[in-house]
Amino acid sequence: MEIDPFIFRLSIFILAIFVGYYVVWSVTPSLHTPLMSVTNAISSVIIVGAIVAALAGDNSKIFDTANIFGFLAIILAAVNIFGGFLVTHRMLAMYKKKRKDK
Amino acid sequence: MSANLLAVFYLISGVLFILALRGLSSPETSRQGNFFGIIGMAIAIGVTIISIGNFSTGFIFLLFFLIIGGSIGAFIAFKIPMTAMPELVAGFHSLVGLAAVFVAISAFLNPEVFNLGVPGNIKISSLIEMSLGAAIGAITFTGSIIAFLKLRGLMSGSPITFTGQHFLNLALGIIIVGLIIYLCSIQHEYLFWSLIALSLLVGVLLIIPIGGADMPVVISMLNSYSGWAAAGIGFTLENSALIITGALVGSSGAILSYIMCKGMNRSFFNVILGGWGATDEGSKTSSKEQKPVKNGNADDAAFLMKNASSVIIVPGYGMAVAQAQHALREMVDSLKKNGVKVSYAIHPVAGRMPGHMNVLLAEANVPYDEVFELEDINNDFANCDVAYVIGANDVTNPVAKTDPQSPIYGMPILDVEKSKSVLFVKRSLSPGYAGIDNDLFYRENTLMLFADAKKMTEDITKSL
Repeated sequence: MEIDPFIFRLSIFILAIFVGYYVVWSVTPSLHTPLMSVTNAISSVIIVGAIVAALAGDNSKIFDTANIFGFLAIILAAVNIFGGFLVTHRMLAMYKKKRKDK
Repeated sequence: MSANLLAVFYLISGVLFILALRGLSSPETSRQGNFFGIIGMAIAIGVTIISIGNFSTGFIFLLFFLIIGGSIGAFIAFKIPMTAMPELVAGFHSLVGLAAVFVAISAFLNPEVFNLGVPGNIKISSLIEMSLGAAIGAITFTGSIIAFLKLRGLMSGSPITFTGQHFLNLALGIIIVGLIIYLCSIQHEYLFWSLIALSLLVGVLLIIPIGGADMPVVISMLNSYSGWAAAGIGFTLENSALIITGALVGSSGAILSYIMCKGMNRSFFNVILGGWGATDEGSKTSSKEQKPVKNGNADDAAFLMKNASSVIIVPGYGMAVAQAQHALREMVDSLKKNGVKVSYAIHPVAGRMPGHMNVLLAEANVPYDEVFELEDINNDFANCDVAYVIGANDVTNPVAKTDPQSPIYGMPILDVEKSKSVLFVKRSLSPGYAGIDNDLFYRENTLMLFADAKKMTEDITKSL
C-alpha cells in the first residue's frame, strides 16, 4: 500500500501551522506591524508558481493567456517582495534602545 | 536540477522564513531575521529559474517584469510615511490575493505545466486546491481593497449595513462551495470564472459592514487569508516552500486577529458581522445632560507635568492622525531634562493595526524600552502623577469595568483614572468610536486640553 504524496504535503502543512503558532506567539507585541509586513513579503513566494506559469512552453508561447497571467502575477508578487522586505527593514531600523547618555 | 534537489531548496527557503519570523521576538534579532527572509526568497526564486532553464526570450521578459515590480515596490517602501503603514499593508495584501488568483487561473488554463492533467481533465484534488486558492485569493483581493479605501479615507469608515446582508453572504458562500463541487464533475471554464467573480463580490460584502476602528482585526484577518490562499496554491503546485509559508502566514494572521479581538473583549464573529455602535442605541442616548468639565491650557499642563515625578503617556489613533509623534517626543525630552520619569502605555488595539503606535513612536526615536504593553504597565498608573492621554479615548474608559450595560464592558482598559491627575488632549467632548461617553472627562482629577494633539503638545513644550 502506497501513501499518497498529498498526505506528505498535508503533514508539512499541519506541522507548519503549529510552528507558526508557537513562533508568532513569541513575537513581541511592539513588532506586530513589522510582523505583518514581513509575512506579507514572504507570502509572495507565490512568485515561484508565477514564474513556472509564465515561462511554460517554448518562446512562442509566452503570449498565451495562461503565460500572460503568470507574468502579471510576477509583477504583483515582485512589488510585494521588494516593498515588503524593504519597508520592514525601514521600520526595524527605527527600533532603538535607550541611549546611555548620563 | 532534479526534482528532489529542487524540493530540498524549497524546504531551505521555508526554514529561512520561519527564522525570519523567529527573529521578531526581539528588536535586536529582528533585522537579522528580515535578512534570513530575503535570502529565503532569493533561493526560492533562483532555483525556480534554474530548474526551468529557459534563458532566452521568456527569461528576459521575466527579468523585465521582476525589475518593474521590484522598482515599484522599492519606491513605495521608501516613500511611504509611517503613519500610512496600515493602508500600505492592506494594499500589499490585495496584491498577494490577486497574484494567487492569477497563478490559479494560469494553472487552470495550462495544467500540463504543473503536471496536473490536461485542460478539461484536471486531477480532482488539484482542482479543489486551486479553486480554494483562487476563491480565498479573490476574497483577500477585494476585501483588502475595501480595507485600503477605508483606511486611506477614500471611503467612509462607518459600517455599511443592509437587511439580509448576512443571509446574502451565507448564500454566496454556499453557492461558491456548490460551484467548486460542480466544477469537479464538469470542468467548464465558465464555472471557474463565475467562482472567481463571486468570490470577488464576497470580499467586498465581507468588509463593508466593518467600521474604521475595527480595522486592526480586519487587517490581521486579511493577512491570515492571504496565507491560506498561498497555501492552497502551494498544494496545487506541490511546492513545500509555498505550503510552509502559507501555513506560517495563515496562523500568524489568525493569532493577531485573536489578540486584537481579545483587546476589545469581543468575539471574532461579533467583529466580522460588523457594525459596532450601529446596533447599540440604548447606551448612546442615555446621558446627554451637560456635566461640568475642567478645561485647561498648555501652561496648566506644563506646570502639572513639570512638577510631577512620573508621567505616563497614552497614545491613540488621534496621535497618528495629527502626526504628533515627533512633537510628543520633544515634549518628553524637555520633561526628562526636568527630571521627570516618563514611560509610554500602549493598548493592544490602539491605532488602526497591530503595533501601529509602537512603529510611530520608534519613528520619533522613542527608545523601545520606554514603551510598555497594557499588562506590563497597568499597575503603574496608581503610582504615577500625571497620565497624558493623546488621541486615545475608548481604551481608557472606566465604564468598561463598571457598567455591564455598556457595549465595551469587559474590554481591558488602561487604568488611567488611577493616576493623580489626567491630562486629556482631545478636540472636543465627542464620544469615541464605540459611541459612548467617557466618564473620565468629568472626573475631579481630569484636565481637558481641547486642541489638536500636535499643536497642544508643541505648546506644552514651549511652556516647559
